[in-house]
Amino acid sequence: MSELNLESMSAKQLLAYYSEKAYQDANEAHKNGKLICWSASVAPSEFCDAMDICTVYPENHAAAIGARKGSPALLELAEKKGYSIDCCSYARVNFGYLELLKEEALTGVTPQALADAPADRLPLPDLVITCNNLCNTLLKWYENLAAELHIPCIVIDVPFNHTVPMPQYAKDYVKSQFQYAIEQLEQICGRPFDYDKFLEVQKQAQRSVAAWDRVAKMTSYKPSPMNGFDFFNYMALIVCARSKKDSEIVFNKLADELEEKLKKGEYAFGDNEKFRFTWEGIACWPYLGHTFKSLRSLGVLLTGSGYPGMWSLHYTPGNMDEMAEAYASIYTNVALPEKVDAIGKVIEGGKCDGIAYHINRSCKIMSFLTVETADMVKEKTKVPFVTFDGDQTDPSNFSPAQFDTRVQALAEMMEQEAAEKDKKAQ
Amino acid sequence: MFTMGIDVGSASSKVVILKDGETIAAAEVVQIGTGSSGPKRALDQALSKTGLKMEDIAKTVATGYGRFAYEGADKQISEISCHAKGIYHLIPTTRTIIDIGGQDAKAIKLDAKGHVKQFYMNDKCAAGTGRFLDVMSRVLEISIEEMAEYSARAANPATVSSTCTVFAESEVISQLSKGIAKENIIAGVHQSVASKACALLYRAGVEEDIVMSGGVAKNQGVVDAISRELKKPVKVAPNPQTTGALGAALFAYEEAKRS
Ligand code: SF4
Repeated sequence: MSELNLESMSAKQLLAYYSEKAYQDANEAHKNGKLICWSASVAPSEFCDAMDICTVYPENHAAAIGARKGSPALLELAEKKGYSIDCCSYARVNFGYLELLKEEALTGVTPQALADAPADRLPLPDLVITCNNLCNTLLKWYENLAAELHIPCIVIDVPFNHTVPMPQYAKDYVKSQFQYAIEQLEQICGRPFDYDKFLEVQKQAQRSVAAWDRVAKMTSYKPSPMNGFDFFNYMALIVCARSKKDSEIVFNKLADELEEKLKKGEYAFGDNEKFRFTWEGIACWPYLGHTFKSLRSLGVLLTGSGYPGMWSLHYTPGNMDEMAEAYASIYTNVALPEKVDAIGKVIEGGKCDGIAYHINRSCKIMSFLTVETADMVKEKTKVPFVTFDGDQTDPSNFSPAQFDTRVQALAEMMEQEAAEKDKKAQ
Repeated sequence: MFTMGIDVGSASSKVVILKDGETIAAAEVVQIGTGSSGPKRALDQALSKTGLKMEDIAKTVATGYGRFAYEGADKQISEISCHAKGIYHLIPTTRTIIDIGGQDAKAIKLDAKGHVKQFYMNDKCAAGTGRFLDVMSRVLEISIEEMAEYSARAANPATVSSTCTVFAESEVISQLSKGIAKENIIAGVHQSVASKACALLYRAGVEEDIVMSGGVAKNQGVVDAISRELKKPVKVAPNPQTTGALGAALFAYEEAKRS
């Protein structure tokens, strides 16, 4: 790897390189007896990184398997184990995968399904860390992992934000959760928490987040040099390498490339950017290609998405109040008006003409409020919306033809609105 | 000038030939849909009825589930826009549409100009669609056409509470075995379809006139049940199965005028 010239690589090549490296490093670390942690995707990664624990992210891993169309076999395994199809499919993919890892560890033989799983290998964990800022599924999921493997489970419990700004007592509570996590880590590692390294890790996380923000800004240009579906590709690194230099390098490279394109007048859809829209919710990973192509054929470019923005976690390194607030205030953990506000900003930032809401069979937190959210966002932004049914990793819950009809109708509504505006302007 | 709209649905194929964007020269329905001989048969019927040839048709717009599979169209437009267009053409006072077809149900909200303001479709589930009624008609051994008559005679409508078509089927079977009159069961079946439809309508927003279209609109029992549930009158679009094809033919006319 050392003979690679990172300077000359494109952002896409760097993304592939660092994504693979994250798993290689983890497997290497596991072999060398270093501790491995499985972490929820928006649990604070800073604590484990400060203690030199190698962290991997099952949601990320499940998404990658889903995108490579490998999820059905694992979903089936989880179902056999007794997990209901109503459980989040990220969790089910991961539980299916866990079964295979356990079988391999117990028998010494790699099950065929594990060898066939189209993703980098996850090493078995020595501990898990979760946070309920996203959903409560993540609590039960990680508790279950810990129970299955007889390993420690660190839980960062954050209260729901009924009001903003977040009250001090709530911040204090989250800080006490951080403190407890630190104590647990000290016990697990058998050494004191490394506060100096923690500060360095926090600084790196903020540099990576700043680079991610640079990328996010690129879809605010009209026409846009960036196809917003790329958020879904690149977000792997903001999830799994948030407090590593790797993600900063890749995002800055991508932002540089996009700025260059902008200068040259090279746009994502050439001169066929008819409409811009916000994709609200998680991608349908097994149908990433289909959903993109269907929208591209209509000239509809994705320029807004709140989901990748969840990892845009800002705080001043060393300031634990701010860190507590950043992790506890992501838009899945705030009251409806704030969520509506956040989506409104995404629409505005991406200069979007419409919005499509993914009613995700897996993800209750991102779906159950949709009807109300959509009405409120419409009231605020006046842009038309559609909803479509799907699932982030269970392909059986998505119908391509139904998706196509809904987004075509959205395009037609956007066209209608544009025609009305033109008429008024004349 | 003649233009054509073809609505290739999941369970039926509909063709409308329109003269000068106004007069319906032919409106044909064949009760089989995409992937079958249905679209071609509906097309042939419409042509032979009018004595026209394909060359006489200035533009064709395809809509419906199979709109991309049909090769002879100049353009494809979603069924949401086409139903809205067709129904508004027929009844310009329409503000809310409930369309129930073989496989899906949709509620569409229009503004005073007939533009689509909002719509909701059922999630992928047969509950509340024509398919649900087909299954019940088979279990009850009462043809779809007779169902409205039966429900009109119901003295004491039964409740069909299951959402899932398979569960509802067994619920109906158990009601039959308890000796509940078919009239009452059918009224319950219609009520069940109506409550699903109304859930969509409430989401989209209900404003009069409310117009129903789609194959299921031919069943007065369902129309009445929806009207009861909404406590508002529900009109039925003339020739309700062909409103999507009519909308497509109207769009085709606009296209032809433009080119
Ligand atoms: S997809 Fe939704 S339910 Fe699943 S882990 Fe993420 S937030 Fe929780």
